[in-house]
Amino acid sequence: MSDNTTSLSASRTITRRQFTTAAAAGALVTSTGLPLRSARAATPLKLGVLLPRSGHLALIGQACQRGAEIGLPMLKDMGYSVELMNADTESNPDVGRTQAEKLIREGANMLMGCFDSATTLAVAGVAEAKGVPFVVNIASEPKLTEQGFKYVFRNFPSAGMLGKGGLLLYKDIFAATGVTPKTAVLLHINDSFGMAMLGGINALMPKLDMPFTIVETIAYDPKARDLSIEVSKAKAAKADFIMTVTRLNDAILLVREMVKQQVETMGIISPGAPGMYDKQFFKALGKYAEYCTTNVPWFDPKQEMAKSLEKTFEKAFPEESCDLNVGFTFEAVLIAADAHKRAGSNDPQALTEALRTTNLSQRVMLGGAIKFEANGQNMNLISAAVQNLGGKPTVTLPAASAEAKPIFPMPPFKGRG
Amino acid sequence: MDATFFMNVISAGLLTGLVYGLMALGLSVIFGVMRVVNFAHGDMMVVAMYAAFLLYTKMGIEPVPALPLVAGLLFVVGYLLQRFLINHFLGVTEHIQFLLLLSVAMIITNIVLMVFGPDARNIQLDASFESYSLGPLVLDKVRVTAAFTAGGVAALLWAFFKYTTTGTAIRACADNPVGARVVGLNVEKLYAITFGIGTACVGAAGCLLLLLVDVHPHLSSDYTLLGFIIVILGGLGSLGGALLGGILVGLSEALSGVLIAPSLKSMFSFGLLILVLLLRPQGILGKKP
Repeated sequence: MSDNTTSLSASRTITRRQFTTAAAAGALVTSTGLPLRSARAATPLKLGVLLPRSGHLALIGQACQRGAEIGLPMLKDMGYSVELMNADTESNPDVGRTQAEKLIREGANMLMGCFDSATTLAVAGVAEAKGVPFVVNIASEPKLTEQGFKYVFRNFPSAGMLGKGGLLLYKDIFAATGVTPKTAVLLHINDSFGMAMLGGINALMPKLDMPFTIVETIAYDPKARDLSIEVSKAKAAKADFIMTVTRLNDAILLVREMVKQQVETMGIISPGAPGMYDKQFFKALGKYAEYCTTNVPWFDPKQEMAKSLEKTFEKAFPEESCDLNVGFTFEAVLIAADAHKRAGSNDPQALTEALRTTNLSQRVMLGGAIKFEANGQNMNLISAAVQNLGGKPTVTLPAASAEAKPIFPMPPFKGRG
Repeated sequence: MDATFFMNVISAGLLTGLVYGLMALGLSVIFGVMRVVNFAHGDMMVVAMYAAFLLYTKMGIEPVPALPLVAGLLFVVGYLLQRFLINHFLGVTEHIQFLLLLSVAMIITNIVLMVFGPDARNIQLDASFESYSLGPLVLDKVRVTAAFTAGGVAALLWAFFKYTTTGTAIRACADNPVGARVVGLNVEKLYAITFGIGTACVGAAGCLLLLLVDVHPHLSSDYTLLGFIIVILGGLGSLGGALLGGILVGLSEALSGVLIAPSLKSMFSFGLLILVLLLRPQGILGKKP
């Protein structure tokens, strides 16, 4: 063996000069890595957006779609490069699964969606099998982050977080107003969402040591044409206030019946459900929509990005609601675009790693910076008490983000100006 | 739960039941005269609800004053449908008629869906939030208006069949179509008028229901089914039976909602139907075949 060679094996040797040349080449490649990465990052992220734009969840799916698209110019101004590949899940998990596979085949680097838990779980399975990262905009099924998926990142709270956040805000409302009711009636829709909420409420009420008891629980059919009997029953229970788990149409029917049947109550507060913050709710009920409260994850009125998004949305869709569906879907696109920018690559593994280290302090929804736990759940999410005041949903709690003070008890329906 | 509460619930059920009765009256008239089971009945009512909705939102005409206009429009629709389509299928077996009217129903639903989209629509009159207080009774203003108007329309219909020449001729066609032809009656034309009257009834009911419920394209199947329950309860072809059936369904929905669970109230209507079919298969006021 000569002094200037390093034997690697009996059959192959390398000279010191060759080693030095190789090292120099390696250094050159390493040093040119950043420009190469930038060149790759200039290729936009192809984000497969899976939403129920038709079928029974079409209205919400379309709201989410607006959220995905409305912020694209904003994201471009922020230096993000993202291209949406839209697919309709038709409110059907099987269609969602097929569409996810199709999007990946057509070149989607990352997936985003799907609003309803069943479809989201189906798509999570596809993402996992194909090794493609998947950002969940909305879906509260606990399994999504408890099942051990490696590629799933959820920006939305799980059902447990949602229920707990919503219920704890009751205590905060009562503490802030100095009035604590003793009894409540719970009116809830008996579809899968309503039943899941009921289960959560019943399980959490004793654990959270709530100051009031639910004296009557009234379930109603999602297809109910008329809720007069339900409201009569609620009135007869003579509870201090009303808790509701609704969707939009039944929320309108319930409050309209309460006005007609002169159900004067201390308040109507939902522990977290759609309906009462919707523009159609205000349009249908006018002054009677006022003071209804929903405890939900909501826009942070103190964030500049939220103000900007809401302003853009109002201008583009004056007839639609800029609600949490819009906000969380926008944020899901933001999370994806930010991971792509940091990864500097469209490679699924690099994107997944970048998603894991997300730290977005500039966001639109309430809570701290968007960061994911090891299981992919956003750890910084909180709910707000959103009360209808002055014809718009207004954050009244938490105090740090409040636009107005909560009003409880609410003024009676009779005599509202 | 006290007596006042029950009185309120019963009165609400009674008032809603009258509107249900008017809706089913059309179905009963059509079946009673022609033996045609109109599976597009609920769809026609939804068309009437949208017509009333447009008259209010575009022209400011409230549903009760709009009732003659909408009923007139539905009369024309029903007349033309019978004259140019259903009359051709009168002699054929029932399942062909069933398929024909089901097809008509699906076409109507999809047209409505295309024009108005899937969202529920409602109208808000000042009266929508008002109620009458009669001592301990709180009666919803629009429900009272709807019920009284439904009663009025039913009375008019009864008078038409009882006292007019056309009404008498239609009854003759119902009793004996061959005899009616022999004496020179234009049976096809009378059938078309009957179908028109039946759809006009459902048009009137649609106007009144718009005061109580929100309209959306998929509402039709619910009301077709409800209409069938009511006419079978009251007795197929019986006008009084349709009104009685409507009231019974309204009351059973109200009481079951209170005594069992509101989400199970439809179950009670079906239970009542099975009970009547077991005890009196021809319906409460129906004649034995």
